[in-house]
Amino acid sequence: MSDNGTFTPVIVGFLCNWCSYRAADLAGTSRMGYPATLRDIRIMCTGRLDPTFVLRALQKGADGVLIMGCHPGQCHYQEGNYKAIRRFALLRRTLRQLGIEDERVQLHWASAAEGVRFAETVARMTEQIKQLGPLDWPRNWPNEDPYAVEEAVHE
Amino acid sequence: MSEPRVGVYVCHCGHNIAGTVDVQHVAEWAMGLPNVVIARDNKFMCASTGQEQVEEDIKQFELTHVVVASCSPHMHEKTFRNACARAGLNPYLFEMANIREHASWVHPNDREGATNKAKALVSAAVHRVVHQQPLEPMKVDIRPETLVVGGGIAGIQAALEIADAGYHVYLVEREPSIGGHMAMFDKTFPTLDCAACILTPKMFDVGGHPNITLLTYSEVEKVDGYVGNFQVRVRKKARMVDESLCTGCGTCWEKCPIKVVDTVWEAGLGYRKAIYRPFPQAVPKYPVIDIENCTYFKTGKCRMCEKVCPTNAINYEMQDEIIDLEVGNIILATGYKLFDARRIPQYGYGRLENVFTSLEFERLTNASGPTEGKIVLRDGETTPQTVAIVHCVGSRDRNYNTHCSAICCMSSLKFAHLVMEKTGAKVYNFYIDMRPLHKGYEEFYHRIMEEGATFIRGKVSEITDVPRTPEEEDKLIVVCEDTLLGRQRRVPVDMVILAAGLEPQADAQEVAHMFGVGCGETGFFIERHPKLDPVATMTEGVFIAGACQGAKDIPDSVAQGAAAAARVLGTINQRQVTLEPIRASIDEERCSGCRICNNLCPYNAIDFIEEKGVSRVNPALCKGCGTCVAACPSQVITGAHFTFEQIMAEIDGIMIDVLSDRPVVEAV
Amino acid sequence: MSNQKPKLALYWASSCGGCEIAVLGLHEKILDVAAAFEIVFWPCVMDFKYADVEAMEDGEIDVCFFNGAIRNDENAHLAHLLRQKSKVLVAFGSCAYGGSMPGLANFYTRDDVLRWVYFDSPSTDNPDGVVPQKRVDVPEGELRLPGFWDTVRTLAQVVPVDYFLPGCPPEVSSIEAAVNAIVSGELPPPGSVIGVDVTVCDECPREKHEKKIKRFYRPQEIIPDPNICLLEQGLFCAGIATRAGCGAKCPQVGFGCRGCYGPNEGVLDHGARILSGIASVLDADTEEEVEAILDTLPDPAGYFYRFHLPGSLLRRRGRTNGKRQPVGEAAVHEPA
Ligand SMILES: Cc1cc2nc3c(=O)[nH]c(=O)nc-3n(C[C@H](O)[C@H](O)[C@H](O)COP(=O)(O)OP(=O)(O)OC[C@H]3O[C@@H](n4cnc5c(N)ncnc54)[C@H](O)[C@@H]3O)c2cc1C
Ligand code: SF4
Ligand code: SF4
Ligand code: SF4
Ligand code: SF4
Ligand code: SF4
Ligand code: FES
Repeated sequence: MSDNGTFTPVIVGFLCNWCSYRAADLAGTSRMGYPATLRDIRIMCTGRLDPTFVLRALQKGADGVLIMGCHPGQCHYQEGNYKAIRRFALLRRTLRQLGIEDERVQLHWASAAEGVRFAETVARMTEQIKQLGPLDWPRNWPNEDPYAVEEAVHE
Repeated sequence: MSEPRVGVYVCHCGHNIAGTVDVQHVAEWAMGLPNVVIARDNKFMCASTGQEQVEEDIKQFELTHVVVASCSPHMHEKTFRNACARAGLNPYLFEMANIREHASWVHPNDREGATNKAKALVSAAVHRVVHQQPLEPMKVDIRPETLVVGGGIAGIQAALEIADAGYHVYLVEREPSIGGHMAMFDKTFPTLDCAACILTPKMFDVGGHPNITLLTYSEVEKVDGYVGNFQVRVRKKARMVDESLCTGCGTCWEKCPIKVVDTVWEAGLGYRKAIYRPFPQAVPKYPVIDIENCTYFKTGKCRMCEKVCPTNAINYEMQDEIIDLEVGNIILATGYKLFDARRIPQYGYGRLENVFTSLEFERLTNASGPTEGKIVLRDGETTPQTVAIVHCVGSRDRNYNTHCSAICCMSSLKFAHLVMEKTGAKVYNFYIDMRPLHKGYEEFYHRIMEEGATFIRGKVSEITDVPRTPEEEDKLIVVCEDTLLGRQRRVPVDMVILAAGLEPQADAQEVAHMFGVGCGETGFFIERHPKLDPVATMTEGVFIAGACQGAKDIPDSVAQGAAAAARVLGTINQRQVTLEPIRASIDEERCSGCRICNNLCPYNAIDFIEEKGVSRVNPALCKGCGTCVAACPSQVITGAHFTFEQIMAEIDGIMIDVLSDRPVVEAV
Repeated sequence: MSNQKPKLALYWASSCGGCEIAVLGLHEKILDVAAAFEIVFWPCVMDFKYADVEAMEDGEIDVCFFNGAIRNDENAHLAHLLRQKSKVLVAFGSCAYGGSMPGLANFYTRDDVLRWVYFDSPSTDNPDGVVPQKRVDVPEGELRLPGFWDTVRTLAQVVPVDYFLPGCPPEVSSIEAAVNAIVSGELPPPGSVIGVDVTVCDECPREKHEKKIKRFYRPQEIIPDPNICLLEQGLFCAGIATRAGCGAKCPQVGFGCRGCYGPNEGVLDHGARILSGIASVLDADTEEEVEAILDTLPDPAGYFYRFHLPGSLLRRRGRTNGKRQPVGEAAVHEPA
């Protein structure tokens, strides 16, 4: 997995119920192929996206996180995606400071009719992350404790 | 609490899933996931046998939670929820993993990848489902009164349907008369019915209906409450004419000395007085004083109308009236506005005299219009010999509106017919594509072609009055690339009609916000589902009909008005509506009153309780978007069915296999 | 000292000593503590040796207040030792709980830190390039220094912890509450934070309104209205997402909360909660507008994780990116 040649990224997706999830459905019904890298989670709206979710996915070993929602102005709850824009911008700045490249956590839009756009977004992001290589976040803290019986995991 | 017992069902969907995903393996593997007591694969889960299997297992294995891995929840979530309910399990203890649309169908050549993904999605659902809580749908009572906003043909239709069914309707129209755009037309395509002949009876029905309270010259100022019980505040602007005394005799506007250009009903082509009735068939029939132009209101002198009115109906002291209504449902039928052709300067509208907009032409050709139906140039007398009709003005164009306005092809054909019939002029139609797509429309197109109109395919690049040849002298020259002939053409004409597109009303955003509906990319109100739920919105109890939902013609507007009425009548008859229990709630004990969440809710569902210093969600207003849930810095807002624990468990489940083969590095 | 009294140990690992001062700050109450407990180990204040602890039976200490983060072998050794000897181990103060100030080193690597301290800092005078070694042979024998870790950890990331007592340092009232709980035996379930379950805003007397942040100000840039919520005035305040207990000390004196009491109950990542709350009320809808406002908030990660970086989900800045190159030199963290 960690060998660059054969590395298949794992991307956790957060898709809003109304547009992007349906775009993914449409990509399916229209049989548009894209890499099997995305594992998606449905939320009602990108406004529900708690930055904790993104951090959790990275902590658990995701190589990237893809958040997708309705186009600005088209959120089915009117404004949820504007809140997502705000949080995402601040999250991105925070992640940069934590040494996580912009390509790894992305926010995109797709309407329910944009199956192609959805498939292309996943394919493009997969390529970008392949270029970067695995993230393997927990490997950032080696087990330095000479007295440890086993790796203590704090949640 | 006893341990959860999860049943997992992995569907083959015939070959649709099993052709790519190793379904059997996924099911066997799922047996090893925490809390799973039974995992099966099945040829067709949605078939009755599949559903019955779930129902039997719930009973036999005493399942507390169910996961079905099959198609999109948008396909069959309801189906399986119902199956659970039939077996006595709360439907919200069910979760779906989408391994068809999101796995087998999109990774057809990657059996291993698709199977791994299916496992991850199943694991996510299994981890999540045990945190799910039984939920009960909310029920709210429905008041039988309905508010219809906008008295165009769509609103008229909706109001009549509901009133005829025996329920009360408040129809709020901001102009002095109902009728909307249709009231400006002479003939309507494709039948060439006289617009007034078919509209006026309906307008009178509305005016005299015992179940309709007509509030014209009025606007909604505020909407509170929620489905079943909205509180609506309407401002009824002062007409300065007492409706209980006025007989509509017309003496006042005959005698009124002030002439005003009528930009609404005459599209700027004709005049009205400072006290006026918009058009002869107006409903209600009473005039209104336009206080901006009335001499008395400007200078304190005149009072002519008061002097001449035989019934003393004029009252200059009249004040706006605030009317509070309580209604159970709302239908928005606020219509459209015409694209402003000035925005395309190369078409010369507003600069070249004899370039007209479609609405101006409607007035020109209307027997009750400023020219009494004579089609003449701006000078008011010359009949044009040649007329160009330019389609798609401001529509289907990235620079203006990308959408197709749906009616311009047909209205242009109508104009071609009327011009030829009334003037004998030669008519050129400049079009990009012809889209006469409803019943009888194609036939109408053929009829107009047979009548001799010329059709030139190509987008007009310019309309100019600068001649290049003697024939072009004193003419308007329409310049276009004829894509059928493949060459540039210059067509000299006397008159140009711009078939301007349909746009959302200028205040569509504000209106949308007030009623809690959204505007789409094109600015029209968004329906709940473009195909399956075209008149409902994301806000329960608020429906949309007619051109406010998207450009459309009269038959479609009428159909939507009736459809919206049917939806409203449905809820009235049931006396109650059931609402999805996916909603936010605040733990008031733990809320610190920081007020971060207070202005995040698009539906104003969150109130701050000043005395207690805490915030509270009104469950009937909340639509469950989760925005406030994600924002609360104390993490004390719970979004039912999408809770923090549920989504975190889903993430942990989805990542189940990822770190297992990645060793922790040694100390450096 | 009677042997009947429960035995209390206090230890400081990587900390500033503030927590010790806080215990002394109990004033006359310290006598109650002395009366209630037999103090068996408190190296900061009394002369005890590690050997004294090593000689104890397992579980002999009833309660151990352990302050400080774990950033070297010695800290870890004592954490394991005291865990073994104590019935109840309390992570005392923000360093032990979330990493706090020592934990900010997790924005850098060990190499960054050593390079700065021994070479690059303007006040360093080290012409021979001497750097500390784990072992040095001197005529008297071998000298050892505890190994210096790359990643600072919280106490709970090294040993199981029974209770957490947040605060930098914990307020006297919080310590009293904890001591009373222990003395009376009315303890919450193990693993809990001893404290209240609301955030600083609840205790903050400032007037709160609906929030719309148009830009941020540094504390020196404006004189805030004394009665209105600081955050509403564009001053960063972590009080929205920080557990109450301090009585809103900082906002009371016109300075935004920096988050020393850590996150509220049930929260997994303090920084994410502050981030989400603050971002939600930015008065902007387009990316450009949002970015313009954020330009006025330098070092967001430093603000969000001031007291809880090691205890956060990601724990530290990435040491390596996907290509496994050191990222130390590209450190973008600028102290605020
Ligand atoms: C030039 C032209 C020719 C056309 N010819 C034909 C034809 O021949 N045949 C055909 O089928 N279609 C034709 N159409 C299309 C037709 O006009 C529309 O389909 C129809 O008018 C839509 O009806 P409506 O009720 O949805 O909207 P509208 O007719 O626009 O009515 C909306 C009403 O709501 C009111 N309103 C708006 N906002 C508010 C508010 N906030 N509060 C209160 N009231 C409000 C308005 O004043 C108006 O009375 C033509 C369109 C044009 C532009
Ligand atoms: S106001 Fe008087 S004059 Fe005018 S229409 Fe009414 S009754 Fe006639
Ligand atoms: S979840 Fe919150 S923000 Fe969304 S509709 Fe409900 S109360 Fe409003
Ligand atoms: S954001 Fe949370 S803590 Fe703040 S007022 Fe709203 S519910 Fe209360
Ligand atoms: S100043 Fe800080 S603690 Fe006080 S109310 Fe505002 S955000 Fe909350
Ligand atoms: S206001 Fe915040 S930073 Fe200040 S003491 Fe209280 S919790 Fe700590
Ligand atoms: S519903 Fe899609 S972003 Fe809000």
